[in-house]
Amino acid sequence: MRFSFTPEQLQLREAVVGLLESLCPPAAVRHAWAAPPGALDRAVWTALSKMGVFEVLVPPADGGLGLDWCSLVLVLEATGRAGLPHPVVETAAIAAPLLGSGFAPSGPAQMISASLGGSPAACGDDADWLVVDHDESVLLVPRAGVLGTAVQSVDRGRRLLAVEAIDPTAAQVVAEGPAAVAQALDRAALGAAAQLLGLSQTMLDMTVAHVANRHQFGVPVGSFQAVKHRLADALMELSFAKPVVYRAAWSLSAGDPHVSSHVSMAKAMASDAAEVVGRAALQCHGAIGYAVEYDLHLYLKRAWALSRAWGSAAWHRQRVAASAGLTV
Amino acid sequence: MNLTWSEAEQALRSEARAWLAANVPGDLGSGDTRDGFERHLEWERLLFRDGWAAVSWPRAYGGRDATLWQWLIFEEEYYRAGAPQRVTQNGIFLLAPTVFEFGSPAQQASILPRMAAADDLWCQGWSEPGAGSDLAGIACRAERVEAGIGGGGWLLNGQKTWTTRGAFCTHLFGLFRTDPESERHRGLTYLLVPLSLEGVAVRGFGRLDGDEGFAEVFFDDVFLPDESPYGSWVLGEPGNGWSVAMATTGSERGLTLRSPGRFTATAARLVEAWRASGCTDGALRDRIVRAVIRAEAYRLFTLQTVTRIVESGGRSGPGAESSINKIWWSELDVELHSCAMDLLGPTAELEGPWSKGWQFSLAGPIYAGTNEIQRDIAAERLLGLPRSRR
Repeated sequence: MRFSFTPEQLQLREAVVGLLESLCPPAAVRHAWAAPPGALDRAVWTALSKMGVFEVLVPPADGGLGLDWCSLVLVLEATGRAGLPHPVVETAAIAAPLLGSGFAPSGPAQMISASLGGSPAACGDDADWLVVDHDESVLLVPRAGVLGTAVQSVDRGRRLLAVEAIDPTAAQVVAEGPAAVAQALDRAALGAAAQLLGLSQTMLDMTVAHVANRHQFGVPVGSFQAVKHRLADALMELSFAKPVVYRAAWSLSAGDPHVSSHVSMAKAMASDAAEVVGRAALQCHGAIGYAVEYDLHLYLKRAWALSRAWGSAAWHRQRVAASAGLTV
Repeated sequence: MNLTWSEAEQALRSEARAWLAANVPGDLGSGDTRDGFERHLEWERLLFRDGWAAVSWPRAYGGRDATLWQWLIFEEEYYRAGAPQRVTQNGIFLLAPTVFEFGSPAQQASILPRMAAADDLWCQGWSEPGAGSDLAGIACRAERVEAGIGGGGWLLNGQKTWTTRGAFCTHLFGLFRTDPESERHRGLTYLLVPLSLEGVAVRGFGRLDGDEGFAEVFFDDVFLPDESPYGSWVLGEPGNGWSVAMATTGSERGLTLRSPGRFTATAARLVEAWRASGCTDGALRDRIVRAVIRAEAYRLFTLQTVTRIVESGGRSGPGAESSINKIWWSELDVELHSCAMDLLGPTAELEGPWSKGWQFSLAGPIYAGTNEIQRDIAAERLLGLPRSRR
C-alpha cells in the first residue's frame, strides 16, 4: 500500500503548472471568451503538445509517453487550476487512448473535442477532430464532417458546439460496443473531476489571498470567524475529494473491476467540492467577486459547467447506488 | 502509487478476521454503565490475552509489532465484525501515543503493559468547568511539596469534568497548573494520577443517552508523591505540559482514536438496513449514497496520511491536517446516523443501536476540541489566515 505520487509524476505536474502559469494566465482565459468560433489561440496548445501532455496515455511504441492515469490525473488537475479552455480532457483522456498509434492523425498538436451521449462539444469549432458516439460505436470525425450549431455557455470559454449530424463517409470507427462508449464516458468524467480539483484550488487560493488583504472594521476580513469557518469547510471538502479522484485514477490504471463506481465517487465528490468552494469563494469576495472584471468568475463558471458535464454529482451517486445494491 | 495490500498485510487481515469471528461477543450493552463496563473489561482482557489489545505496540508491552498499515486493517476488521467500542480507548489510543513520544523507558515499560491488560484504566482529565474550548484556562493546581517526612511530591486541588468513564477508571492523565504565577499555556504539567489517592472524589453523571459515561473529578489537597511505581507521575518535563498534551490531541483528532474502519462499517450497516427496509424514497437513498461515499473518502484520505507518515519514517505526523480530519469524521458520523434514523422513521425513537449511535454521534462535533475550534485551527494553520480573537 502506497498512496502517493512518484517524484517523476510530481515533476511532470510541476512542469505543466509552470508552462500554464506563463502561457495560460487569466488573460488567456479571457481571450477564449472573446475569440470568434474557430479562432482560439493555440500557443498554449502547441506548447502542451510539445511537452507530450496529449500523449501521456499513448504507449512509447506509438510515440507516446507511455504513462498512466496516475500521471494524467495530476496533469489534468493542473489544467483545471489554470482554467485552460482548450479541450485537453477530450484530447488526452478520451481520444488519445482510443486512437493509440493513430493519435495525431495528421500532424502534431491536433485538437480533438468530444460529444458523447449528445453532450455539446467544448471548443467544438476550434477542434480539428471530434470524437462522437453513434449507435454504440465511437467515431472519429474531422470537424468538416460535423454539422452543428454554436451554443453559448455562461462560461464563454467553453466555446460549445451542439452536434446535430455527422457525415458518415468522413467518420472512422475507433471503438465499438456499449462498453467502449461507457469507458470513454468514465475517462471524461474522471478528467473533469481532476480539473474540478484544480479549479477549486484556484478559487480557494484567490479567496484566501483576498480575505487576508481586504480590510474592514480595521482588520483583515479573513480574521473573522464567519469567514475562516467557511473557508475551512471549503478546504476540507477539497482535501477529501482529492484522494477519491486519485484513487479512481489508480483504478483506471490498474484495471480495477470497480473502476466505474470509483470514477462516479470521484466525480460526485469533486463536483460537490467545487460547489462548496465556489460558493464560499464568491461570498467571501463580496461584491468584488461578482464583477466580471475580476477573474474569479472565469473559474467559477467553468466549475459550474464541469460539475454537471459528464454526469452531475447526483447522477454519479445513482451509479454508485446501483453498484452497491442500493436499489429503489 | 499502489493501492493493494501486501501478503503480510493480507495475512494479518485473515488472522484477525478468523479470530474475531470466533471471539466477538454478542451484545454487551453499553460500556458506559457500571455493569456494562465490567462486561466490556472481560472482552478487553480476552483481546489482551490473544495479543489484539494494542496491535501496533511492541510485543514486550502486549502488542504484536504491527505496522501502521496492519493496525488500520485490524481496525477495519474489528468494526466490520461488529466488535464493541473499546472502553480502554482513552488509554490505548490517547495516552499511549504520548507515553511512546514523551515517556521515559521506565514509564513505557511499566505503564503500557498494564494499560494493554486493562489492569490500569485511564481516563482523560483536561476539561474543567472554566476551561473547555479554551483549554489554556486550566485552573487545577499542583503545588510543589518539597521533601519532608513523607517525601516530596505535588499537592493537587481543583476540579476536572466531562471525564469519559471517569467513574469506572483507576487512573487519570491530565493537565495541572504547576507554576502559580503562570498564565495560559505556560506553567502547565502533564500528570498521571491514581484515582485511589486520598482526597480524590469522582461523581459520575449521565450523558445525552442517560448512561453514566461522564464524570467530574474533584481534587481536595490530594498528595501525589514523587515516588511512583512508574518511575514518575510526570509525563514529559514539568512546566511543558501543553506541548505534551498537544501531542495527544493530534492522536485524538487525527489517526488513532477514530480510524476509518468504524465509519466504513457503519456505512455498510446502513446499506444493509436500506436493503432490508424495502424503502423506495429516492431522496433518502441519495443521502445514504452520499454518506457512504464520504466514509470511503475518509478511508482514502487516511491511506494518504499513513503513506506520508510511513514514507517520512514516522517523523511526520498528521499535523494540523488533523483538524479537518476531526471535522470530517465527526460530521460523517452524524450524517450516517441521521440517514439511519430517517430510514427507521417512526421507530427511530425507540431505544436501539441506531438511536444509541445517533446520540453518540452528536458528541463527535463537540469532544476532542469542538469543530468550531478545529475550523479556527484549519483556517490559521492550513490556510494561513490571520490569528484573531474567537
